[in-house]
Amino acid sequence: MDMLKKFAGSSLFLPVVALLVLLVFNTIFVDGFLSIQLTEDGRLYGRLVDILNRSCSLIILALGMTFVIATSGIDISVGAVVAISAAVVCTMIGGRGDGVAQMPMALAVLAAIGVGVLCGMWNGLLVAKFKIQAVVATLILMTAGRGVAQLMTEGQIITVYYKPFEYIAGFLPGMPLPTNIFIALAMVLLVAVLMKKTSIGLFVQSVGINATAARYAGINVTLVIFLVYAFSGLCAGVSGLIESSLIRAADANNAGLNMEMDAILAVALGGTLLSGGKFYIGGSVIGAITIQTLTTTMYALGVSADQLPVVKAIAVVIICLIQSKKAQEMFDAWKARRMSKQNGKKTSVDGKVAEQA
Amino acid sequence: MAQALLEMRYIDKVFPGVKALSNVNFTLHAGEIHSLMGENGAGKSTLVKVLTGVYQRDGGTIVMNGKLISPKTPKEAQECGISTVYQEVNLCSNLTVAENIFIGREPKKHGFIDWKTINQRSEQLLAKLDVHIDVTKTLDNYSVALQQMIAIARAVDVDAKILILDEPTSSLNEEETKHLFKIMRQLQRQGMGIVFISHFLDQIYEICDHVTVLRNGELVGAYEISKLPRLELIAKMVGKDLSAVKDMDKFAEKSTPSEEVFLDAKDIGAVGKLREVDVTIHKGEVIGFAGLLGSGRTETAELLFGIEQIHKGSIRINGKKINLKNPMDAMKEKIGFCPEDRKRSGIIGDLSVRENIILAMQAKDGIMHHIPYEEQCKIADDCIKLLKIKVSDREQLVKNLSGGNQQKVIIARWLATQPNLLILDEPTRGIDVGTKTEIQKMAISLAKQRGMSVVFISSEMDEMVRTCTKLVVMRDRRKVAELTGEDISSDGVMKAIAGGAA
Repeated sequence: MDMLKKFAGSSLFLPVVALLVLLVFNTIFVDGFLSIQLTEDGRLYGRLVDILNRSCSLIILALGMTFVIATSGIDISVGAVVAISAAVVCTMIGGRGDGVAQMPMALAVLAAIGVGVLCGMWNGLLVAKFKIQAVVATLILMTAGRGVAQLMTEGQIITVYYKPFEYIAGFLPGMPLPTNIFIALAMVLLVAVLMKKTSIGLFVQSVGINATAARYAGINVTLVIFLVYAFSGLCAGVSGLIESSLIRAADANNAGLNMEMDAILAVALGGTLLSGGKFYIGGSVIGAITIQTLTTTMYALGVSADQLPVVKAIAVVIICLIQSKKAQEMFDAWKARRMSKQNGKKTSVDGKVAEQA
Repeated sequence: MAQALLEMRYIDKVFPGVKALSNVNFTLHAGEIHSLMGENGAGKSTLVKVLTGVYQRDGGTIVMNGKLISPKTPKEAQECGISTVYQEVNLCSNLTVAENIFIGREPKKHGFIDWKTINQRSEQLLAKLDVHIDVTKTLDNYSVALQQMIAIARAVDVDAKILILDEPTSSLNEEETKHLFKIMRQLQRQGMGIVFISHFLDQIYEICDHVTVLRNGELVGAYEISKLPRLELIAKMVGKDLSAVKDMDKFAEKSTPSEEVFLDAKDIGAVGKLREVDVTIHKGEVIGFAGLLGSGRTETAELLFGIEQIHKGSIRINGKKINLKNPMDAMKEKIGFCPEDRKRSGIIGDLSVRENIILAMQAKDGIMHHIPYEEQCKIADDCIKLLKIKVSDREQLVKNLSGGNQQKVIIARWLATQPNLLILDEPTRGIDVGTKTEIQKMAISLAKQRGMSVVFISSEMDEMVRTCTKLVVMRDRRKVAELTGEDISSDGVMKAIAGGAA
């Protein structure tokens, strides 16, 4: 009981409850939702695996986004950076029909991630050094980024036939789970280690809560902000690999489309306020899985892709209301009124009892 | 005397936990320029905001021209004839001059805005103030001084009977100020009552007829300026009776500075912040920066901590010339700084007491050298015990502490870095008397026992006199005197602040 209470007060409570509600809903309404099968070649199949598989790139984006939002910034360019990264890796490997890579895949992968970091550094430069508002600064790359990706692919959708490229978002021979789940896990672990072993958490939170005071305490605010955008770029670069491997192609127009919104939503779901300050990595990860579950559920229930945004919008409204102070006050007042009404009833009942006696 | 234009009687205003105004009276006659004086937090701006409807008063009455008024919004106050020009020009820089003057009350013709009339009348209005500019250009084409004039033109045109000028001269140069004064006199002759707020004593004496002095939210008195010598005015503002300024326990417990110099700043200055200051800080010395608000005390401290960079002069630390580009540079020289505005630049409200305490130390160690949690707890606990910080536990959020305890947390943050020089800018503002004494004693004992140098900045004269072994007195952004030993007395400081004219 005590542990339950402690959990109810913790930052992970709301995200976990939201996810559990969705899972229960799914178990009831979607046939065979919980079943996981092992295929003959040793791979796990099932809706749960599917959800986890598809949420990987979002989880990675949400990691970077969490730090950015914690510094009271925002990065709306990550979707476009995903497209750029996808374009880089696919053009470098090349779309040769005979399945031969033009350049070594390792080099292409590193280059894609590197370009992601560069994009992040560009954002960081604008926000941290030139103090341009984060939305405006990252809007530049958000709009221009897809153009850059188009230029790289020369307006074509480059389809990669090189077999090992599929492994990034697919199964390595003999592995029970797709590779990207391991990539996401590695990224989460990397962040967890950073949080544990360095003071990045303290610095980022200080900057997000009160940048002036952080500066007066000797923190290099500019550098911290620069770094979080660079890291967000790195995450977008990795996500781009997964997204392109998933369809084995670079589609400059559609790779990572609207993913920045999902990433922001994941962070918000995870309990990190968009105004910055305290942040919750675990919450963001669960938030990302929740969003993917929501999407998968809607598809399973026959909601079309066009209508999906409406459902997501409703989810956002509910989350914002839960986090809003005003809404909480109103809820508390309502509860108090109800309590006093109930108490009133009770006394009257007691009164009757007294009379009868 | 004729009936007063404005009479505010027994005004009370309470903010959570603080009584900002209590029983304050203020009378303004037509054709009078009246100054409101008082140190920071005395209640000047609160009184003005009560009058202009920004705040609602909690008690008292406001009578204007014999009629009871109680403006609830700035707009209502304006309709009553009370206009305000604030310190920062609050006009829209992307609109034209004429649009700014008539915004919200545009004259109309057949339901459309009558631009011809707007532009013509704007020109006429400004001409009255002796300003001749193109009113169809956007506001950002003109200097701050001109913008101020435009703000005044707007304020005057709305049938104002009372004009409140809140520090209008802080961003003006001498000539512009003169021009403003000319306009003020002109308005005065037209029978307008003007409330003029400024930190510059010279200007008060030049332009005002009367002065009302406030201190700690209470009325000290209203005086005719010609009959109030500067020294007495300052004494009234800082709350010291001239006869009672001979000090009691002066040297009883003060530190004895060593001969060794820790920091030597020569002719340091920064454009627009500080003109010229010389400071020598010895080891084990408690040195005070005295002066009224805006005199350059805080600015000097900020230069010494690398928050602002010096544009001229030099700083030597332990004999070595040092270029302080940012706070970290100063921290590497073992300097700590508790800023004046605790909320804005001191505490990180949503972090715990522990995190706030270890913050500077962690910043100094670098992001990769994470201080282990157990060590953090130990440091925090030690500081909490040493400074007697009242907390429920070390994980309590700093924003939930009282002002005095927040201040102690910030002092603890710097003590944890083991500084050689600790700069305390208004460390006792807005905190209770008990904690005030504690902080003063702490400053002395740090200097005495650890040989630390302490810079103590405060608006309260007696606490400076009690704690400092040397006082640097500043006026108008430059150093005007340095007092040591016997010369350190409220009397001496006030004389130095008032300058030769006293």
